[in-house]
Amino acid sequence: MPVRPRVPMRERDVNERVTNFEEVALGYSEEEALIEARRCLQCTKPTCIEGCPVGIDIPAFIALIKEKKYSEANRKIKEKNSLPAITGRVCPQEDQCEAKCVLAKIGEPIAIGRLERFVADHSLYEPQDLTKKPPTDKRIAVVGSGPAGLTISAELAKLGHSVSLFEALHLPGGVLAYGIPDFRLPKHILRREVEYVSQLGVEFIPNVVIGKTILIDELLRDFHAIFLGSGAGAPILLNIPGENLLGVYSANEFLARINLMRAHHFPEYDTPVKIGKSVAVIGGGNVAMDSARVARRLGSEVTILYRRSKEELPARLEEIKRAEEEGIRFIFLSAPVEFYGKDGWVDSIECQEMELGEPDASGRRSPIPKKGAFFSLKVGSVIVAIGNRPNPIISQATPELKVGRHGEIVVDLETGKTSKVGVFAGGDIVSGSATVIEAMGAAKRSAMAIDRYLYEKLW
Amino acid sequence: MYRIVDKIRLASNVVKMTFEAPLVARAIKPGQFIIIMVHEKGERIPLTVVEAEPDKGYITVVFQEVGKTTRLLGRKEIGDSIFAIMGPNGRPFPIEYYGDVVLVAGGVGVAEVVPIARGLKDANNSITTIIGARTKELLFFTDVLGSISNKLYITTDDGSLGIKGLVTVPLAEILNSKHIDMVMAVGPTIMMKAVSDLTKGYNVKTYVSLNPIMVDGTGMCGGCRVTVGGETKFVCVDGPEFDGHKVNFDELMMRQRFYIQEEKYSCKLLEEDNASKT
Repeated sequence: MPVRPRVPMRERDVNERVTNFEEVALGYSEEEALIEARRCLQCTKPTCIEGCPVGIDIPAFIALIKEKKYSEANRKIKEKNSLPAITGRVCPQEDQCEAKCVLAKIGEPIAIGRLERFVADHSLYEPQDLTKKPPTDKRIAVVGSGPAGLTISAELAKLGHSVSLFEALHLPGGVLAYGIPDFRLPKHILRREVEYVSQLGVEFIPNVVIGKTILIDELLRDFHAIFLGSGAGAPILLNIPGENLLGVYSANEFLARINLMRAHHFPEYDTPVKIGKSVAVIGGGNVAMDSARVARRLGSEVTILYRRSKEELPARLEEIKRAEEEGIRFIFLSAPVEFYGKDGWVDSIECQEMELGEPDASGRRSPIPKKGAFFSLKVGSVIVAIGNRPNPIISQATPELKVGRHGEIVVDLETGKTSKVGVFAGGDIVSGSATVIEAMGAAKRSAMAIDRYLYEKLW
Repeated sequence: MYRIVDKIRLASNVVKMTFEAPLVARAIKPGQFIIIMVHEKGERIPLTVVEAEPDKGYITVVFQEVGKTTRLLGRKEIGDSIFAIMGPNGRPFPIEYYGDVVLVAGGVGVAEVVPIARGLKDANNSITTIIGARTKELLFFTDVLGSISNKLYITTDDGSLGIKGLVTVPLAEILNSKHIDMVMAVGPTIMMKAVSDLTKGYNVKTYVSLNPIMVDGTGMCGGCRVTVGGETKFVCVDGPEFDGHKVNFDELMMRQRFYIQEEKYSCKLLEEDNASKT
């Protein structure tokens, strides 16, 4: 028997969406959610849960949708995942839970992410379940308010501990605030999820750079344990001539100006952003797609330059498709070798054509320069989106913390224990740039380990 | 929110302002800076801390009202608060014994050099200070620097006080007359460039304190990048002090002008808004 296809999700019309920053994916209606939920086979031995880094009981919450018990479904998800309205939007479900769905073998898997989002949005402004264990006398400092920091703060607060959440910037959210654009994750959704974490009793402390304002050893005097979730916030640059010309941005700067500082609302907001009529984005990941689509919304013609071919693009398929729909042009198998400028402004890129060789360490075929094959691309701006490394501020200020080759903090992956007693770490600061949900999964594992450590005092 | 506890106008458009920021006050060291936001929709801009009073929890900055953010800040009064202060940021200046040191400062750099001067004096250096301004009304902190320094030179472009000419005039004389172990320059980029160009000929170690455009101030955006010795550095985390002989000042000056039109436009709107209210 053929499997019924999944219920498609409505999207904002492409002509409209390139003119504003409104959310593109519109979510399921109740009716759509019910139809999709009924496709779930409710396997007795569900495999989807294995694919979820935080272990949500997926069949159970879908069963509750079928019974129209949406608030209960939301509570079921929140047993494992404190931020479902966020993960329902930004998780790469196609590589995780949905990849493990049995229906994927014979047709389209259940749209788990869309159902998660439906449930979370449905209950977003309802009073949330704030049940906590009785208060303990344990104090924990969480460093960084991105996906890992928010998750572990909520988990530890639910266990009755008192949590202080430190953030370097003026607003909470980390990469969710400065990195992910409104059209993928509207800011009111983030604000509401942060509000839930605050309602659990977590104290949010902005404008504090741990490693500068307060050192780790100072924190250890006031707190029983520390969790470092300061992310991978240091941009990798190309290090080619001309990269410091005006108009060449790191994706972090470009996106932070828009997402965090609201430069698209200049002069209502004081921070400006300036890009040319034609913009080249270097890279092929989600950050490259986000940068390209933001630039498009500022009115530019956008080209993505990627050094491998379409098959190797690391971005989510959905985001690639939407970028294409929005008129973003792709040039594959090309890498910039030099930026040229006029009066200090970038005005062209010298590009090297590439071809694919043997698979490299990442398992993808590696790009090899094609001898003598160069071309020039006229541009008004360039956005470099080739990745991020862990921010080194904390590790530089704390020499006892063992770090790896790229500055990632070395931990025991089961617990998040670092080389310094009382200090745990998780998320991108450990793994390098990865996904929101993987950071949340690491944070959850660390929450359990911290809880044990507080009582057993074992390292 | 961070309360303003003191405000003094040092010159027509130069303001000294003290904030309540206890965490910053106890941690900041000479040469480091803070990032401030005046209001929720504001820009993040860097300001060097010129004095810290850890026991009271106060920090003091000196700024010139040039762009929208500094103009808005200049309108704040004692008792008002600003939205954000983050810091300290950047590396502290390497305070150690150098020997005979010359400090060169211009603009608000005259205030910014004070904590470095104090640190170097405490480290037993012999300190000669040269401060420069367009005209004598724009000079301030001459007493403070005079008391810290073994010798203080004042220069004005118009000759209204001290030596007529740029800071490089007395600096060249000093370099010609005796051996100098280190020069530190803080102020307008063009001044730091001129100082570095001059000291290079004498092969004297020269530090400059750079002031590019920044956003986050934690090494995240790279907007403050500058070429030093052929390598890209982020001023917010690798600086703000660098070897002046290795800095590509022309690139820095170009990058500082990135948003000059937007800045002018913002200021125009602000002045119009101001005019309509009065």
